[in-house]
Amino acid sequence: MSELSKPRRLRNNFLHPLSVSSCYPHPVSTAPSPVRVAAPRHTALVRVTHWLTVVSFLALLVTGAEILISHPRFYWGETGNSGTTPLFQIPIPSSRDTVPTGYNYVMPDQNGWSRYLHFEAAWVLVLTGLVYVVAGLLNAHFRKTLVPAPRDRNWRAIRDVLLKYLRRAPPDKAESLAYNVVQRLSYLVVIFILFPLVIWTGLALSPSFDSAPPATVNLLGGRQSARTLHFFVSDLLVIFLVVHVAMIALAGFWKRTKPMITGRVADTERL
Amino acid sequence: MSTISRRKLITTGLVATAGVAGLATASHIARRYGLIPPDGATLYGPGETLTYAAQRLLTRHSLAREFPRSMISKTPFRNETAPPSDAFKRHQAANFTDWRLTVDGMVAHPTAFSLSDLKSLPTHNQITEVACEEGWSYIAEWIGTPLGHVLDAVGVLPQARYAVYFSIEPDWWESIDMADALHPQTFLTMGMNDGDLPIGFGGPLRLRVPRQLGYKSVKYITHITITDSMKRFGKGLGSASPEGGYAWYAGI
Repeated sequence: MSELSKPRRLRNNFLHPLSVSSCYPHPVSTAPSPVRVAAPRHTALVRVTHWLTVVSFLALLVTGAEILISHPRFYWGETGNSGTTPLFQIPIPSSRDTVPTGYNYVMPDQNGWSRYLHFEAAWVLVLTGLVYVVAGLLNAHFRKTLVPAPRDRNWRAIRDVLLKYLRRAPPDKAESLAYNVVQRLSYLVVIFILFPLVIWTGLALSPSFDSAPPATVNLLGGRQSARTLHFFVSDLLVIFLVVHVAMIALAGFWKRTKPMITGRVADTERL
Repeated sequence: MSTISRRKLITTGLVATAGVAGLATASHIARRYGLIPPDGATLYGPGETLTYAAQRLLTRHSLAREFPRSMISKTPFRNETAPPSDAFKRHQAANFTDWRLTVDGMVAHPTAFSLSDLKSLPTHNQITEVACEEGWSYIAEWIGTPLGHVLDAVGVLPQARYAVYFSIEPDWWESIDMADALHPQTFLTMGMNDGDLPIGFGGPLRLRVPRQLGYKSVKYITHITITDSMKRFGKGLGSASPEGGYAWYAGI
């Protein structure tokens, strides 16, 4: 019992950016203990909220694409319809025959369940995000694991990481236990800029919610601007998802995915 | 060797108990204050209930955005409707002089209104946006009688919870709760942009619900019934929309 409670109490130290250097101090690894204790990586809260986000984001993505197909034209300003000039048009057939697409056939219409699921998944995402952000602020998760360490808060540190990526150098051991500065900044942008923006632009499309604080949609330049922005912010999130999964695959898919499931980095990867 | 400490076990137990108790209480309160939509027992019910309950708590009395005259769309989109039925064509041939709106159900004085009866009630106008679930929208001026005036005239009974409204066209019906039915912008619409409401846009009579998506604004209304339960209507999901796979509450 005492052997096990030790690493848990020290967990915060492990994740502190300053503690993760090329020489990783790990009290258990140096102790002559017969028990193999893997290094902690992700807290239970991070793991649960991560996978809930994965499920709800994928549901939102598929259903969002379905909804988009019913009118693959985008406008700027308050109004826009098949009788007005679009800002741009996605060159795909539509699921409705009232949209001038240039194609002479209509795709299957899946809007009903797609809309139901889109909003249900949006609730899961928003509530999960709330729990994650509030808990993360309370237990200093952001400060300890995502805010770049003071010595990394410069362009040089960012450039070094990017150059390392370009050289396609394999990640060093410290990166199994803590994020580098580019990863940290990417996650902060996704968590504190892109997700709030996609929620805001989505809420702005609710005619009922807009009636309470009309600024929800007016600040975005109108209903159609909000819809167009919702599309672009979603695209940025999709780009993040693709890069995120690609980087995991390059670093070793299971090596990186397992800690997000079990919470621990395997004993053999620690040193 | 167990990795579960006693403290963790107790904490988890307490959180789980609080969670279950919280859900039970929330469900009880939601039922009591009418915060569960008629399609709230379906697969997507939890999401719909959260949306509807949140909207009822936040936006019960708020007004849909109104726009200046200069923003009225030059190309409003009428959307397609099924070819008119013979019943509609007969009314159209008679210039809608025999068109009746029957209001019945949980009301003190069930009444059939002609279009001129409705026009003799105080009329209002609003410049609001029609937003379709597909994504397009337009702004128009809508002229009509707030449904609340008509409901006042027939005397809605206190136990009323929903206004169910039917088109003359088959299988086209919707319902809204009393918050939306008595909302000052919910119009029995007879005019659009300074003229009569064109048939393509729902003339001679359309119920406009501007705080919800376009599909709640049913065209060619002939019948409104007031009820305390949606169970007796269709499949009991609230309207034709959930029967066709769409959400009953379309305020999102």
